[in-house]
Amino acid sequence: MSTNELSQRELTQQERAVQERESQEALRYYSATQWQLVWWRFRRHKLAMAGGLFLALLAFLGIFAEFFGPYSGVTRNTDYLLGPPQIPRFWDENGFSLRPFVYGVTTERDPVTLRRIPTIDREVRHPIRFFVRGEPYTVLKVIESDIHLFGVEEGTVHLFGTDPLGRDLFTRTLIATRTSLSIGVLGVLIAFVLALIIGGVAGYFGGWIDYGIQRLTEIVRVIPVIPLYMGLAAAFPREWSTQQIYFAMTLILGLVGWPTLARRIRGQLLTLRTEDYVVAAQIAGASAARIIGRHLLPAFASYIIVDLVISFPYLILSETALSFVQLGLRPPDISWGILLQDAQNIRAIEQAPWLFIPAAFVVTAVLSFTILGDGVRDAADPYTVSGS
Amino acid sequence: MIRFIVQRFLGMLVTMFFVSVMVFIIMELPPGDYAERYAFRKFSGTGVTVTEADVNNIRVKLGLDRPAYERYFSWIWGIVTKGDFGPAFAFETSVNNVIGQRLWLTLAILFSTLIVTYLVSIPIGIYAAVHRHSIADYSLTVLSYLGLALPNFLLALILLYISVTVLDSSVGGLFSQEFEGAPWSWAKFVDLLKHLIVPAVVLAWSATAFQLQTVRATMLDELNKLSVTAARARGIPEWKVLLKYPARLAINPVVSTVSFDANRIFSELPIVALVLGLPELGELLIKSYIDLDMFVAGAILLMLTFMIVFMNFLSDIALAFLDPRIKLEGG
Amino acid sequence: MRNSIGTSETSMNGTSLDGALLKVENLRIAFRTDEGQIQAVDGVDLTAQTGRTLGIVGESGSGKSVSTHAIMRLLPGTAVIHPDSSIQFRRKDGTVVEITQLAPTGREMRAIRGGEIAMIFQEPMATFSPVYTIGNHIMEAILAHEEVSKQEARERAIHLLDRVGIANPSRRVDQYPFELSGGMRQRAMIAVALSANPSLLIADEPTTALDVTIQAQILALMRELQEEMGMAILFITHDLGVISQIAHDVVVMYLGQIMERGTVREVIKEAKHPYTQNLLQAIPRLESLGQRLHAIGGRIPSPMERPPGCPFHTRCPQAMPGVCDKAFPETTHFSPTHEVNCFLYEGS
Repeated sequence: MSTNELSQRELTQQERAVQERESQEALRYYSATQWQLVWWRFRRHKLAMAGGLFLALLAFLGIFAEFFGPYSGVTRNTDYLLGPPQIPRFWDENGFSLRPFVYGVTTERDPVTLRRIPTIDREVRHPIRFFVRGEPYTVLKVIESDIHLFGVEEGTVHLFGTDPLGRDLFTRTLIATRTSLSIGVLGVLIAFVLALIIGGVAGYFGGWIDYGIQRLTEIVRVIPVIPLYMGLAAAFPREWSTQQIYFAMTLILGLVGWPTLARRIRGQLLTLRTEDYVVAAQIAGASAARIIGRHLLPAFASYIIVDLVISFPYLILSETALSFVQLGLRPPDISWGILLQDAQNIRAIEQAPWLFIPAAFVVTAVLSFTILGDGVRDAADPYTVSGS
Repeated sequence: MIRFIVQRFLGMLVTMFFVSVMVFIIMELPPGDYAERYAFRKFSGTGVTVTEADVNNIRVKLGLDRPAYERYFSWIWGIVTKGDFGPAFAFETSVNNVIGQRLWLTLAILFSTLIVTYLVSIPIGIYAAVHRHSIADYSLTVLSYLGLALPNFLLALILLYISVTVLDSSVGGLFSQEFEGAPWSWAKFVDLLKHLIVPAVVLAWSATAFQLQTVRATMLDELNKLSVTAARARGIPEWKVLLKYPARLAINPVVSTVSFDANRIFSELPIVALVLGLPELGELLIKSYIDLDMFVAGAILLMLTFMIVFMNFLSDIALAFLDPRIKLEGG
Repeated sequence: MRNSIGTSETSMNGTSLDGALLKVENLRIAFRTDEGQIQAVDGVDLTAQTGRTLGIVGESGSGKSVSTHAIMRLLPGTAVIHPDSSIQFRRKDGTVVEITQLAPTGREMRAIRGGEIAMIFQEPMATFSPVYTIGNHIMEAILAHEEVSKQEARERAIHLLDRVGIANPSRRVDQYPFELSGGMRQRAMIAVALSANPSLLIADEPTTALDVTIQAQILALMRELQEEMGMAILFITHDLGVISQIAHDVVVMYLGQIMERGTVREVIKEAKHPYTQNLLQAIPRLESLGQRLHAIGGRIPSPMERPPGCPFHTRCPQAMPGVCDKAFPETTHFSPTHEVNCFLYEGS
């Protein structure tokens, strides 16, 4: 009887502890800031997290492309033109090796066409070494080094094969990743600043200014985007340097990207201005700065971030498409679109399908951005309950 | 209703005017003017030295010495009254000659793409919404992610690669060799239809991904409406409930976004056309941009955009017939 | 068995229905969700008599709408009706059907839906599809249940609109829902419901969204139509004031269970259950002007966390700890029609 009572009391104590923990959790939830809530919701979105991590990895590989790639992006291996990928292996019919190796390559001339044809010599093994010294390079304009993550002391290693000029496709793809991602980032930033100014002006002043800007954005939106980009890109002077063209491209992508964003910002501002809590703050005598800073900005910051993430893939795809048809960046710059130029005709991809490898990077990057954008949107929407 | 149509028509004309101004600005953007490029192109490599005076002569002859607004009006006047889009130097002929039947082939590609898009997205989107959380629904989500991530021109390249390596035949072009220059006949038309399938599927790829999501989302919204429950409560058979109520309303956003689809298709068309070797406007647009043959480029940009604006006008009117709220409040 | 309330002894010979039109016994409905099963309705008995109105009162979440949707078999796919539940309905030809045994989208259930049991809803605007005319909706209902020509259906539609008090019906029949006023839309919805002469009308809070004056008109119209056509009405509301104007009998529900039932006089004038008494005190009255309104303390618990025992004990001012949270009370009879499920009266 007494033991029974005792166990009952224990139970209630346990229950109380559970209840307390639950109420603490509830307290943590209710007192969390908007961004904490967004982050918690986002973390539950496993797929979006994976997308974000993958993009971070791509960016990291891109920034230190010269370190991760064994050669520079322009070095030509004239003995290995349009050579297939060399895949590192640990063993073959000649036995096992703890250190990965690639086969040696010998070139012979085709007796008829006199073209050099690379052939793989399975007897020669070149062991892959890590942190080897090779061609010197500069990363981020300041760090100078000649250490590469991997390389071979004799012979060559081309993980993704080589292009028609014998340049290492692996290194070039990593450099292209840097170029294409950075152009997307800069383009989005420019579009964002423009949209913030123009959309903000339209949403704040209203009236005929708003009307005029509205009509202008409508006109810009009605012209098909890529042909419009191409028209602007066609106007680049021939004598411009690759850097000038690079910045002009980010500007164009930003310029054409702003109407969608501006529309959203304007719409958000117009609806928020009449929300009850904003009106209440006005009646309570809050200053315009306080209303904008405390009420308006936090309310639509999440929408803007979502829009930015979502517009990334479009800018990246646009850059790739433009460079692909020689109306964007120009060689010797290296971007995904420029690499894919080599894969433009059927003959080339039939002969050297590995020239298609950069396309896989484009697709996975865009896919990651889309999934990430979905996750961010779900997380930023205060009305979604769970991540799915 | 007539007032509504007139209103929309006038709106369309205004948009077209502003679009033509934008297009003219793009035509004027490249450095140097038409006369310089004309002279350079005509005489480079011939050994003739071109003086500033020669360029000036060409300028006067083509009326390029006049101020921009005058040139704009004479350009647009030629288009409106005579259907004359100006000269094309790349071929030493008029723009109209260069474009030729490409306009009609472009329209054929546009409509076959739209048909493929709607034939796929509407029924499948409705099905996915009705059978939510089924395997079919999830695989659709995956597919539409891919539709957004895999750009059309890469899809075109992949199809080309497959057709060359596996099928040992090329899928490019719009006509078989024997019909290339032949006069129009029934056989040529059938041949064209066959060749339209691949470009239509490639171009419909991303448009379908977008529309699938739209149809599925509106259908889900409509399925939860009280009017659907009320129709079931009246004893209407389930298939009729679904078709008459949610499905009927899920069509509306599709109709209202036809011009967006046309916009997307035209945006992707030039590059796909280049890869697949389609003799239509988009491919010519890229060529003329690279050659800075801006009268041709301007004409094509104008044609593509006008088609989009016109389709927007048509979809507005169709929507008014489909949705009585617009018809009765707008007219 | 613990929840079989009152009437179960008298309905031993199930098929006869004792002259009742509809008999719901031990209705138990659960919803499957990601967090497990939610018991929305737990052992409810209802009886509808021809020519009489049964008012079902309760707050949101009390299971009143779910119960009536079960009668129409309009529940979503995640709902499970317990196999011991029974919904018996006498059709127009006199046969008695067990509605829980019918396929929800089958031919017989569809013939009953709209044809013999009709339903009107809270939001007339949302009930009509915006792209079809009022006439289209009415004609659809007529043509679904009777073999008549379109012309005939249209004439009937105009006649029905006239009958529910819509002026100029031959013009209104071709108008769209958004061209009508709120009260008119509610009348039109009644016309749709009446199109096939139902023997039972389920009204799901039909007056909640209306102005008080329009509300009174609609209630008057419903009473008038009931006298004329002799149908039974199940009237769902959370408003005891409305109940006193239209119902003959009342059932008070809380969290899927019945707290009290009786004639409208017994429930309004001699309320026994603390919940009913609390609901009555929460109605503003002219004679109590100047006094504080009594709101019921606390919130209705989520059906996911049903309190054990009597579900109302968490908010009940007269709750007895150790009694009310242990088991559901037995039924106490105050008259042949008036019964209460509360420990306060058990054994008295």
